[in-house]
Formats: sequence, structure tokens, C-alpha cells
Amino acid sequence: MTCWETIQAYAFRSVGWGERLLPRDDFTLCQQFTLIGSGMLWNIYFGVFALLLGFCLATVLALGKNAGSRWLRKPSEWFILVFRGSPLFIQFFLAYLIFLQLKTVGLAPEAMTAAWAGALVVLFLNTAAYSAEIFYGALQSIPKGDVEAADAYGLSGWPRFRRVVWPTMLRLAWPAYTNEAIFLFHATTLVFFSGFPAFQQRGDALYYANYFADKTFNPFVPYPILAGYFILLTLIVIGLFGLVNRRLNRHLPDARRSKLRVRPQIIR
Amino acid sequence: MFDIFSFCADPAVLDTGKWFACYLTTGKHMAFYASFGTVLLLLAITAPTALAFGFGGAAAARSRIAPLRWLGKIYISGVRGIPDIAFFLFFVIALDQGFEWLRHQWLCPDWDQPIRQGNDFVVCAAAKLPLNTADQSVHEWYGFATAILTFAIVFGAFSANVLFGAMRAVPKGQIETAEAYGMTSRQTFWRVIVPQMWVYALPGLSNLWMVLIKATPLLFLLGVEDIVYWARELGGTKQPRFTDYPHGDWRLWYFLALLVFYLAFTKVSEIVLDRIMRRLTLGQATTGGEAQRVAA
Repeated sequence: MTCWETIQAYAFRSVGWGERLLPRDDFTLCQQFTLIGSGMLWNIYFGVFALLLGFCLATVLALGKNAGSRWLRKPSEWFILVFRGSPLFIQFFLAYLIFLQLKTVGLAPEAMTAAWAGALVVLFLNTAAYSAEIFYGALQSIPKGDVEAADAYGLSGWPRFRRVVWPTMLRLAWPAYTNEAIFLFHATTLVFFSGFPAFQQRGDALYYANYFADKTFNPFVPYPILAGYFILLTLIVIGLFGLVNRRLNRHLPDARRSKLRVRPQIIR
Repeated sequence: MFDIFSFCADPAVLDTGKWFACYLTTGKHMAFYASFGTVLLLLAITAPTALAFGFGGAAAARSRIAPLRWLGKIYISGVRGIPDIAFFLFFVIALDQGFEWLRHQWLCPDWDQPIRQGNDFVVCAAAKLPLNTADQSVHEWYGFATAILTFAIVFGAFSANVLFGAMRAVPKGQIETAEAYGMTSRQTFWRVIVPQMWVYALPGLSNLWMVLIKATPLLFLLGVEDIVYWARELGGTKQPRFTDYPHGDWRLWYFLALLVFYLAFTKVSEIVLDRIMRRLTLGQATTGGEAQRVAA
């Protein structure tokens, strides 16, 4: 099989399109690159959707934690504590088991025990909790003068939030939020190692890298390939978030713009 | 087992309270409780080892010798840019093969076959780690040791990053003063920078400690019989044919217990680390230290 044929057969293997049987022996470098890259589709899918959904919930949670009313504050605080205080690995296990139980009594749809929906829900809630803590920190450090100026202009309620508080919060939180995004993409590799089964061996990049390492007993090829893909993905995330950062800071003179400092973290 | 649980002889006839008293004290449950000790032991060994790796990495990254500096920087940024779980899966095989290869070179110098034969990794019998004849417990301890080394390497890179930043955060005036007193760069490092860097390093290190706690379930992926292993093992459906304590799928409850354990552990750590931070900032030339001085 030439490399081009391999790519045709396996490029979308992870989403169930193309050749069904995984290679069993005579593993070529091309096969490893193609299949691990194919698995990256899952990592991107999980990361992008969890971030988009998580961003909305995180804003709500941060406002909740910042609220004066106990009834809004306490639930947000507890939510953040539970998801930030426990390992994501355990959260995946637990969520899978809960979805399994709910499915048997008919409360949850079939899809929730499949990774594409179930794991996405866990990642979404998890990133919402971590981002909410970042946003909450930013809300706390909004300069008093900004809010006073908004009051002086007669802005209050929704317009004040929409035009003053929220943009400032985002600007302050953005560098930390970029780290959180990178961190989340790294966390997506946990999905198929914790509870959620890979249906018909359709797994993520790490799943295939692990498959090759197990079969060839040689970790020195598949894992560096995986590492290369992830470094590329991280650079893309940094680039995209940098664009948003530039837009958020567009009113500031160059010297005062907050530079993105990227410090990728580890497992949660 | 224990005398007080002598009524456990026939669990089938017990009422609920006694049944659970018996069920929760079976030998396997004792192994489950002991595995919490495994996690704590891992943390107790890994934390100082990773700190040592981090100290070495940070010192290397600010070294004046270029190759050493590159090595330190590659170590720090290389490990941090890649999902750590990939490292966990990678290092366990890579370290194992690396050790066996070194022993192979040392113990069997006249071996003429290639080490990689197709999909096999072949070393001479004397170089196997642990030896094929070794006891089962040796194999388990070897697995645990590789896990610790893996954790130390990965978390060492992160703490190296924190310590590197902390060393640079020590006020310049302090270092200039040391130089003005005629200290050599080695003396400045050990007598001025190292004692003062901890207060700058602590927020980062305590964050890292939290992350380390939350990384311990990955031990399960490394093949160590940790709490996740036992929770799966004990929680799974038990048939009356194989056990005196049949029950349905209870994994949910076991994992809920693990969740509570981790929440409590991180909460307690948070409180303790807050105290240490307050102690360390005392008398330091930082806003925190100033606030304490004013309050006193």
C-alpha cells in the first residue's frame, strides 16, 4: 500500500469512514502518522465544543459567584469546588457510571454513554468550572474607576454589564483563559482512557498512539508523532487566542497591552 | 479475620447493618483501604523527588554553560507542551526498555543479535528487569518505582519552571548587594537567591501540589493497584457463585467515595498551604509581608 492509499483508507478512520480494519503488522511510519492524525479529529472536536459551551456557562458561574445573594453564590461556589477539587479522570469514570444508570431507568438518551456526547458533557462542565474561577478573579480586579465612569454616564444593569464590565473582565482574564484552553485540549486525551469505550476502535490521537506502542513495543515512534501534533495544535490555539487578545486590547496603546504569557499546565 | 466479626461466618442470614459491617471488612476491602496508603506514599515520595528534579532543571536552565542551559530549557518546555498522560504512557515503557538496554550492554557484551527484532524487544535473560525468577512482589515494587520516576520527571519539569521564575523574582538589589560584598556567583546563589526564592515559588508550588494530587488516579493507567483499580474491582457486579457478598453494580458508589476523598484532600491541602504561605511571607519585602507588618 502506498502512503497515499494509506491516507485515503485511514484519514477519517476515527469517525468511522474508510477502512475498518486497523493495520495488524508491518506498521509503516505513514500509517502511524495518518491514524494518529485521524484521532486528532476527536481531540479537536472535544476541545472546540467544550470551550464554546463552557465559555457561556463560565460567565454565568462567575457572575453567580460574584453575586450578593446567597442563593446564587453558594451553588456556583459548590459547582466550582467539586469540578476543580477532584481529578478529571475520576469525573469521567463517575459520569460514565451515572449516565449508564440513568440510561437503564430511561432518564438519559442512549447517546450519553457514548464518548461523543457523554465525555463532551464532562469536559464542558469541567472547563466551565476552571474558566469560571478565572473569570471570577478578573471580575474582582476590574478597576473601580471603570465601573464608576459607567455609573457617571448613566449606564446600569444590562448595558453596563454588556459595555463595561464584561469586556474588561474578558481582557483581564484572557491570558489565563488561553492557558485554560491549551490545558483543555491536553485533557481531551483522557477521554478514551477513562470509562468511555472507543466504539469500533474509533479513538482519539492518544488511543491510536497507544495502540501502535502496544503492538510494536516501541514507544519511540508513535508518542513523538503525537507530541508533534499536539505542539502544532497548541501553536494554533495560541495564534487564535492571540488574535482575540489583540481585538480585546485594540483601544490601548501598544506598550500597555497585556501580552499573552503562555504557561501550559498539566492534568487536572 | 477479627474476633468481633465472628458473626460474619454466614453473611447470607445477616441483617443490613451487620452485613455491611462484614462486607466492608473483607480482605479485599482491607487491600482497598491500604491502596489509599499507596497514593499517599506516592505523593510523599514524588513531591520531594520532583522538587529535586525541578531544582536541578531550574539551576541548569540559568547555567552559564550553554549546552547545560539548553538541556534545562528543553526539559522544561518539552514536557510542558505535550499532554502529560502521553508522557505517563511513554515513560513507563521507555524507562523500562532504557534500563534493560543499559544492563544488556553491561551484562551481555558478546550478544550479537539485534535488540529490536521486528515488533519485539529482546535482551538477554540476565538483563531482564526484574529478573524472570524474581518474586511477584518485586515486580509490583518495580512497577511502583517506575511510576514514581515518571511522575518525578513530569512534575519536575513543572516545578523547574516555577523555581526558575522564582529565582528570577528575587529582587535585583539583593543580588547586587551580595556581589558588592564580594560573594562569588556560587555563594550568591546558595546564600542569597535560594533562601529568598521560596516565598515567590510557593504559590506556584502549591498549585502544582494540587495538580499532583489530582494526577494520582493516573497510577491506574501505569498498572499499579491503586484506589481506582480497587474501586473498579470491588464495585463490579458480584455473582453469588463466587462470593459470600453478592451485589449489583456498585461502582458508582465506590467512585463517589473516591470523589469525596479527593475533594477533602484538596480542601485540607488548601488550608495547610495558606498557613505556610502566611508564615513564609512574614517579614518579607512583599505586599503580603507589608500587610502583616501593618496588621501586627
